[in-house]
Amino acid sequence: MFKFSNLSYSKQRLAIIAAFSFIPLALLITFAYLPVINMFKYSFSDWNGYSKRLEYVGFENYIQIFTDPEYFSVFKVSLYYFVATFVQMGLALYFATILSFQTWFKNVFKGILFFPSLMNGVAIGFIFLFFFKPDGTLDTLLQALGLGSYVKLWLGNPEIINISLAGTSIWRYMGFNFIVFLGAISSISSDLYEASDIDGANRWHQFRYIILPSIKRILQLNLILAISGAISAFDIPYIMTSGSNGSKTFVIQTIDVAFKYSKVGLASAMAVILLLIVIVVTLLQRMLIRGED
Amino acid sequence: MYMLKRTLASSIKYAALLLGAFVALLPIVVILFASLKTKAEYAATSPLTPPVNWLNWANYTKAFVNGNMLTGFVNTAFILLVSIIGATLTGSMIAYILNRFKFKGKSLMLGAFLLATLIPGVTTQVSTFQIINKLELFNTPWAAILLYLGTDIIAVYIFLQFLDSIAVALDESAMLDGASYLTIYWRIILPLLKPAIVTVIIIKGVNIYNDFYTPFLYMPKTSLPVISTALFKFKGPYGSQWEVISAGIIIAIIPTLIAFLSLQKYIYNGFAQGSVK
Repeated sequence: MFKFSNLSYSKQRLAIIAAFSFIPLALLITFAYLPVINMFKYSFSDWNGYSKRLEYVGFENYIQIFTDPEYFSVFKVSLYYFVATFVQMGLALYFATILSFQTWFKNVFKGILFFPSLMNGVAIGFIFLFFFKPDGTLDTLLQALGLGSYVKLWLGNPEIINISLAGTSIWRYMGFNFIVFLGAISSISSDLYEASDIDGANRWHQFRYIILPSIKRILQLNLILAISGAISAFDIPYIMTSGSNGSKTFVIQTIDVAFKYSKVGLASAMAVILLLIVIVVTLLQRMLIRGED
Repeated sequence: MYMLKRTLASSIKYAALLLGAFVALLPIVVILFASLKTKAEYAATSPLTPPVNWLNWANYTKAFVNGNMLTGFVNTAFILLVSIIGATLTGSMIAYILNRFKFKGKSLMLGAFLLATLIPGVTTQVSTFQIINKLELFNTPWAAILLYLGTDIIAVYIFLQFLDSIAVALDESAMLDGASYLTIYWRIILPLLKPAIVTVIIIKGVNIYNDFYTPFLYMPKTSLPVISTALFKFKGPYGSQWEVISAGIIIAIIPTLIAFLSLQKYIYNGFAQGSVK
């Protein structure tokens, strides 16, 4: 009878390399590389996604995207999410720093601040629809505090809708940054703090000269990831407003163009542009970090 | 003076923490309030008012039954289970051969996995959709499962990192006892990878349970809801019945809360490890 263990080790090696890499590689090629190749192909065509006919139209889709202001205005929406990331990281860094030192109820605060980032995206979308709706949580709270005159149509006014949505995004992702920073800060040796205490350093000095330099790399990584995150914002605005009142992001537009208007060719060209932006940003980040070493 | 400064700094610290906790909790707490109110009570009271009867489960039954949430949980559980087992096996298998063997094409393979991390999932949905369609997997749970498996590179990284810390001497001594590579992988490597596996399960589990666009795009069939899409459907028929929607939201959050409270320690570690490459 055939037994795998009777084969010589060199034959086993070949067999196991082939067997263990087959499925992962097949999945990698089918769902990571093939889509990219096809996407480039579709982006030069007028395909609608279902017909047998597919005609190549050269750069027409790209020209349309770059000349029609409707396609470009969505990048303005990304700016709100981009700015929000700085607020989010500032808060995360502040909370991570104060919770790395002795604090009452440390673990309770850690848990409360981190929990939102584990929550279901649709649930968060609904929670904030309720939060921002007229006479919802925010309006009631403002009235209770005597700030009733500041009540606005948080999701109905195109001028503030993106601030409301970006705020939701801060609420959702702050905890994730917080926990990453907390992990990074906890890897700093406590000797450093003790030594600096002896030298008479205060908390601000410790933050500025010990914590900040030690987590610089993580900070950089997160900052630059923020760009691709801002461009690919999708869940929150889609669930809450479906992109209405001027809250449409690049990804919502791409998905609408592809699946609502059946313009797969055009949508692919948009996706290629999105991909190129993200790749450039990521490469920049890698270069910056490598330059550090 | 010094004492005063310390006290001031510490009061600012606690004020900030309390404010942060308040902002994190308030939006959820008001939803909990609303979910326990009757229709008339909801209409008459402010969102910040606690419910009269803390044991009014009527909205929960309505949301659970009419919202098809049981089917949602069953489908989510099935997809979670298969994807996680699959990702653990395929991820640890590829990491095992990449870490332990030298062979032609190894660096190419590693490079291929690395390069794939540069491609964000959302950008390629349009053409991934065509592939799923051609494979005739559209509107089946297998569409989501394959996508969760196929794009998983984080798992490979985590396993590779852990394999580095498992001594090759262990493999060698097993080989002296005549163990095959298959036995080594199954009986030595996989059990030692347990901490890495827990990390992968948590990170994947959270992502899959919370994912919205994969099931929304690939399994829109009404009879095939997962928790995310079942909840999203509340937007239509219950448009203004916030007391029912709120109950649905709380139902969707409860499993996350239970998992969080019972796995807290591992979750903190997992996220720190998964994100710090």
